Amino acid sequence: MPSFPLVSHTAPDAVIARRHGEAISLQRFLADIDRVIAVLPECGHILNVCADRYHFAVGLAASMIAGKISLLPSTYTPETLRQLAAFAPDCQILSDADAAHHSLPAVRFPALCAAGDVVGAMPAVPRLDAAQLVAWVFTSGSTGTPVPHRKTWGRLVVNVRAEGVALGLDARRPLTLIATVPPQHMYGFESSVLVAWQNGAAFDAGRPFYAADIAAAMAHTLPPAALITTPFHLRALLDEGVALTPVDLVVSATAPLPVALAQAAEARLQAPLLEIYGSTETGQIATRRSALCEEWTLFPGIRLEARGDQTWADGGHIEVAVPMSDVIEPLDAAHFRLKGRNADIINIAGKRSSLGYLNQQLVSIDGVRDGSFHLPDGERDGHITRLAAFVVAPGLDPATLRAALRERIDPAFMPRPLIFLDALPRNATGKLPRDTCEALLRTYRTQRGVTHDAG
Amino acid sequence: MTDTTPSSADAALLTEVAELIVSALNLEIAPGEIEADAPLYGEGLGLDSIDILEVALVVSKRFGFSLRADNEDNLTIFSSLRSLSDYIAANRTS
Repeated sequence: MPSFPLVSHTAPDAVIARRHGEAISLQRFLADIDRVIAVLPECGHILNVCADRYHFAVGLAASMIAGKISLLPSTYTPETLRQLAAFAPDCQILSDADAAHHSLPAVRFPALCAAGDVVGAMPAVPRLDAAQLVAWVFTSGSTGTPVPHRKTWGRLVVNVRAEGVALGLDARRPLTLIATVPPQHMYGFESSVLVAWQNGAAFDAGRPFYAADIAAAMAHTLPPAALITTPFHLRALLDEGVALTPVDLVVSATAPLPVALAQAAEARLQAPLLEIYGSTETGQIATRRSALCEEWTLFPGIRLEARGDQTWADGGHIEVAVPMSDVIEPLDAAHFRLKGRNADIINIAGKRSSLGYLNQQLVSIDGVRDGSFHLPDGERDGHITRLAAFVVAPGLDPATLRAALRERIDPAFMPRPLIFLDALPRNATGKLPRDTCEALLRTYRTQRGVTHDAG
Repeated sequence: MTDTTPSSADAALLTEVAELIVSALNLEIAPGEIEADAPLYGEGLGLDSIDILEVALVVSKRFGFSLRADNEDNLTIFSSLRSLSDYIAANRTS
């Protein structure tokens, strides 16, 4: 059985993470993992909600070594937690905050080792079987129930080692990765935690949010450093006009980056910007230097294949062949262009769902007779377009319906506007075509005197 | 935010900030409908982190300073219209 080490770092003082400016060595990391293993409950599944990226990474490693599977849902609404509990009834939460509101049993993340606590010889870096199931990562699916995707250790390692090559990571000159995305999201999971583990790099434990916080993190981090971010955060960072310290690398994923934004980011941050393309199901499968070229280059071994009107991805680290949610134009065996998104898939600031799932959630609410979500036309460059929803719910007031929806769907998908109608003008086949939705939206806006979408 | 002079927002600033939020996010309500002490995030007005970055950007342009969380909870500033307005009153340069 092939196996891979937890991390590629070998020297006891190799830096695994930086936390509030302090370097945390491999030896301390291993000692912290032991502390967490000691408090992990008797259960097979862990929902690791730690906000501190270092806590998350220690919790993940401890869970793996203890043979427990981590659950990474796409959202944390009460309804999702109920669905997770149904999927894995023994699941317990590992949290670094006082979270009394969780509906599942929770374990508190223990105190970390201090620098002086770690003495003597370092134990060997643990190795894990390639076939070990490390995580279930969920997508929202199209039927109302989240769909689990298996992530085994070996394939995750192959993927993030290939990512390390694509990003030009060099263990002899280790970068510190500053990430604006959470480690629980597939992108942050791979591109801030796992990619550092397997390429000799370090990650910063924080998750800077406001533009000025991102700028401060870049200014305070010992070079060389990389910024792991999204088009949404990049636009906020560049628009706000704060002074920016150059970094060595910028990485963007979750949504296609407009070329002008990519060029502006390269100029302001004085670093190459590499964009990653992937999905929860496939992991990362391609990269491009977005400021210079439109074409994507596939990771080694990944194959794209047209089946019917969809493109399927297979090979390499991919666990099972999957249809991609984007319209893909292959150029040759290793290159392709993105030509838009399949109609049912919604991606708002990196949160993915499907109209089918959202509609199912809407009509499952007591008092809703009919309902349908709609993604309005006219996405604006780097700005976020919100969903609209049409609903027939004679006995419900808007506030009650919104509260019920908030229990079920991620805030990113909350409809804005939520339009109450007496009936939905469905066509003979029961569908509500896009044109009809756009017309309903225009009528609504005219009635309310809203004439345009302000930037 | 321990090093800022305590300063609280007056009614005019509350109104101005409410108008800013409504226009920045295309909300379907009148600025006067935002209650000063109700949560802006999650329950209440229902803003999410996407909205908050949009508002942060507009606030920085209007009032001449950048919002900072400094490792605290990113959303504390946005716990209510009043807390956001107080934060602006304490930090504004224009």
